[in-house]
Amino acid sequence: MEKEKKEYLDSLCLEFRKTLIKTLHAIQTGHPGGSLSVCEILTDLYFNDANISPENINDRSRDKIILCKGHAAPMLYINLAKKGFFPMEELKTLRQINSRLQGHPCTKETPGVEASTGPLGAGYPLALGVALADMHDGIDAYTYAILGDGEINEGVVWETAMNASKFHANRLITILDWNGVQLDGTNEEIMPMGDVALKFKAFGYNTIEVDGHDVSAISAAIEVAKTCKDRPTIILAHTVKGKGISFMEGDHSWHGKAIDDAHYEQAMKELGGEA
Amino acid sequence: MSKQIREVYGEALVKLGAEHQDVVVLDADVSGSTKSGMFGKAYPDRFYNCGISEYAMMGMAAGMAKSGKIPFVNTFAVFETTLGLLAARTFMSYSGLPVKMMGAYGGLSDAYDGATHHSLEDIAVMRTLPGVRVMVASDAATAEWMVKAAIETPEPMYIRLSRDAAPDCHPAGAKFTLGKGMMVKDGTDVTIIACGLMVSTAMDAAQELQSKGISVRVVDMYNIKPIDAELIIKCAQETGAIVTAEEHSVIGGLGGAVSEVLAKAGALVPVEMIGMQDTHGESGPYKELLRKYGLDAAAIGKACEKVISRK
Repeated sequence: MEKEKKEYLDSLCLEFRKTLIKTLHAIQTGHPGGSLSVCEILTDLYFNDANISPENINDRSRDKIILCKGHAAPMLYINLAKKGFFPMEELKTLRQINSRLQGHPCTKETPGVEASTGPLGAGYPLALGVALADMHDGIDAYTYAILGDGEINEGVVWETAMNASKFHANRLITILDWNGVQLDGTNEEIMPMGDVALKFKAFGYNTIEVDGHDVSAISAAIEVAKTCKDRPTIILAHTVKGKGISFMEGDHSWHGKAIDDAHYEQAMKELGGEA
Repeated sequence: MSKQIREVYGEALVKLGAEHQDVVVLDADVSGSTKSGMFGKAYPDRFYNCGISEYAMMGMAAGMAKSGKIPFVNTFAVFETTLGLLAARTFMSYSGLPVKMMGAYGGLSDAYDGATHHSLEDIAVMRTLPGVRVMVASDAATAEWMVKAAIETPEPMYIRLSRDAAPDCHPAGAKFTLGKGMMVKDGTDVTIIACGLMVSTAMDAAQELQSKGISVRVVDMYNIKPIDAELIIKCAQETGAIVTAEEHSVIGGLGGAVSEVLAKAGALVPVEMIGMQDTHGESGPYKELLRKYGLDAAAIGKACEKVISRK
């Protein structure tokens, strides 16, 4: 990745983190931890790798991004607003009555939202279905499915993996936001998944491991994934839950906790922004 | 002997699949039973056998619908509406993706396999999902029409089929309509509102009651949701008593749906409900099961006499 591009994407990520903290502090609800860990993944997709914009949203030949871990909706909305799908101003209505911005993504309500997700695991087979329909019709597009690591506890993820492998879904590129922490504690405490890479390999996947906070590494992995013509690829993106805010990093209690004034001020200070 | 509903379904899929290239069919390793395999044989590139992964299959179908396909998902009704329910709720209902959820082996029709394979809650479950149509095929003609209507109507729907054969309930050339029921026999003393294979059983009951001088109207309520409220109220007003008959729990199914209409309209006539009385089934020959659980013509006849006595 060119230096300018990386600097641009990194600056976007910083801006998005500030917007996230401001938004969640203002509304006193929402999921900061998983939104912060998936920041670089979503930002690279929307602003670098995926061909998707308000102009081509109704065009089937564009790429698709399906955020299976729907609780990271705030970071998705921030990306979509920045892309121009709706005004930034609307972010303050998140999770409020009569808002288009639901607590979890709603495809009927929100411009740019690909699928209604939130029930963990459910979005993954939908993503595969989209990829298979495109492949059937010879459409030159990729479907990106973003999974959380707690999400892969769900049986349907593995049912989908079987199907993705059986149907040679090379147009499905899965990215695992592997921050190691789920709602109640670490993956190891709550549900140790063993060798995740080996598991996906055993299900027939091409696997790539990257630093999930390095946009250039994510982008390079996507390029490699696109060269794989016979199998689905999963990019195992090592991330940190709560990335960028020292007191949130790796702490499961920030999965879905409201940000009080003192924590808000400290968070904004760390991000170099105005509280 | 008339054809099994599942055979009619498989043939209709093949026939209409030729005209509609967007139709795709998914099955969960029971395509030989559901007869979706007939489509798979004819159009292998539009057929996805997902193995025994019902939940994933439902989600995949949703993704295909999102991409403009007309997916028909197939498995036993009981598995589709339990294992597949979260996908049905999130994608077909909440997102409005027009997947055609085909419930094979409805009711007790998978008789010998026993209670684990009977589907006695599917109508109740699917009926609660906003925006999802619910239909039940009563004979070959309705089954064939439902496949056509499913293809031509860009909405999510649940269609309950049967493993078994049903005598034809409708005259040749009968016109079916979304959201409507159909009177298959007129009468004045009581109306039996039935769905599925219970429609022909209701006709048998009506025949027997006729010899006792009781005039019975029979309605095939092949649309359970949205339901034909107008017809239900009309029958209540004109015959003054209603018996519902379904191969399903009496809780939340056709009996529930009809009662809701009557209660809301203030059309308070006596109602008796034929169906599974809050119990599971068991293994056995289909006809014997229907008799044991009060789903035969004799039981319907008794219910008619009882409901008339309550007028």
